Amino acid sequence: MDDLAIETAGLTKIYGKLRAVDSIDLAIARGGVHGFLGPNGAGKTTAIRMLATLIRPDEGHARVLGRDVVKHADEVRGLVGLTGQFASLDEDLTGAENLRLIAQLYGFKGAAASRRADELLDAFGLADAGGKQVKNYSGGMRRRVDISASIIVSPELLFLDEPTTGLDPRARNEVWDIVRALVDFGTTVMLTTQYLDEADQLADRISVIDTGKIIAEGTSTELKASVGAGSLHLRVMHRDDRETARDVLVRELDVDVIREADPQALSASVEDRARATRALGALEAAGIDVAQFSLGQPSLDEVFLALTGHPAEEADATEEEAA
Amino acid sequence: MSTTDTTRPGVPATTAEQANAIATALAGGQRPQRPNALSTSVTFGWRALLKIKHVPEQLFDVTLFPVMMTLIFTYLFGGAIAGSTQDYIAYLAPGILVQSVLFITMYTGATLREDIDKGVFDRFRSLPIWRPSALVGMLLGDAVRYTIAATVTGIVCVFVGWRPEGGIAGVALGVLTLLIFAFGLTWVWTFLALILRSQRAVMGVSMMILMPLVFGSNIFADPSTMPGWLQGWISVNPVAHVVDAVRGLMDGTSVAGEMVWVVGWSAALVGVFGTLTMWKYRDPR
Repeated sequence: MDDLAIETAGLTKIYGKLRAVDSIDLAIARGGVHGFLGPNGAGKTTAIRMLATLIRPDEGHARVLGRDVVKHADEVRGLVGLTGQFASLDEDLTGAENLRLIAQLYGFKGAAASRRADELLDAFGLADAGGKQVKNYSGGMRRRVDISASIIVSPELLFLDEPTTGLDPRARNEVWDIVRALVDFGTTVMLTTQYLDEADQLADRISVIDTGKIIAEGTSTELKASVGAGSLHLRVMHRDDRETARDVLVRELDVDVIREADPQALSASVEDRARATRALGALEAAGIDVAQFSLGQPSLDEVFLALTGHPAEEADATEEEAA
Repeated sequence: MSTTDTTRPGVPATTAEQANAIATALAGGQRPQRPNALSTSVTFGWRALLKIKHVPEQLFDVTLFPVMMTLIFTYLFGGAIAGSTQDYIAYLAPGILVQSVLFITMYTGATLREDIDKGVFDRFRSLPIWRPSALVGMLLGDAVRYTIAATVTGIVCVFVGWRPEGGIAGVALGVLTLLIFAFGLTWVWTFLALILRSQRAVMGVSMMILMPLVFGSNIFADPSTMPGWLQGWISVNPVAHVVDAVRGLMDGTSVAGEMVWVVGWSAALVGVFGTLTMWKYRDPR
């Protein structure tokens, strides 16, 4: 069966007593971007490293593009590309030398290797920087060289491990554009990220991972729907009215209404949009002036909080991502 | 939150152009014929030489360190051990060559650990190539460093007054013998680099192993002056056999028996630690 990009059953990696990846089952179709979303130390990198044959699973098994990652590791390596969490480049060499090195290792001979390196430098807007040592590159440039090294031979599946961590917003947008270009070309991308907006922007489907386990899976819309139809944000005109407004909302919506840090703001998650509209009417009837009222899908932040009980981007620095 | 709008503000209008350029580049990525083990190893050797080109300071340890050791030992102990520095250098020179090169082998482990920590080895390990080639290539590059160290040390010894009986050919064969053993010994350090988690630990443990091998040997003094237990250690110490072989070749005497020891030890080191290294290479810390 070759139609799945990634297929795992009970995939597990244990470091000491820690189950860094704990019995993960995945079935990821070819094409598009699959996101692996989770905080630092959740096991994203460990899972990707097993799939890219860099480390061996302790339990369970995994097939990538139809090949077993342990038994046919070499075949898997021939079909996938990997861009690790830390730019996997030789800092002492120039960008062009790095690419030529990898091109030669793929079998490009002398002049052909240089040509391929130049082609990629051009495509990624690095033609001018090619002759400089990588240690002098900005984070965004490193990332681009790193990604271009992963596609010297066009991979069917590309692993991108936290491709935008530590980048400024502009460099981040550039990487996003590159990922979209890859997907348009037909490459399947598996991406890990701890940024919710990144998963929201890029990923067709998302697996939410926490403490080594997958705790939810689906499209961004499905994940948002799983925590309620939407979230209501309200701001009253006068802060003295907030408590009265809250009482009205609790009565009308029959859910918990949260007092935000802003002394005029309230929020609540609502199952039924019609009820929210009625609540707005009830506020008006009670003579409360409303400055702002919005009803929208919950953000992935709220999703993550609802799923894990802790916020997504507040990384608990207890576990080092096993390197 | 926006979803998939294509006209995001702040992004230059060249996005589409870049997407095209990337698509073209991807389309040009046809897989060439898979390179053989020798070719990938040589490519990694080329990488090691490029690193020397960009960071020539890293040659300090293969040039200045051996010079210092040679001068210190000759002038500090020469008179006391052999009566004069002239007599001592004749004994010491082949040994100090061995010492210089063996100390430098340690850096291979430290360099490998650094490569692993920085992530560049992840890239190499994710490639469809003959697995040991990254390490073998490193060792090929190191052979250049070892040769530089041996040459520098040899020249200093000649300046001090060393006149090897075996001539240039004898010295060259001696260095070659030494390189064979160094190649074997280096796999001990690569294995340590894969099981220990910091560069410092790799250096520390390597040093601990190397000290008794180098100093508990016949490099600096004739073992017949030493207590019995130490003579016992020296008679089984592989480094002492290497020194005997190198000394014999450079002095122009027969070394057939010692060569068997050197080749045997080198093969055993590659067999045991090369295998352990490659086993650990599949799943390093």
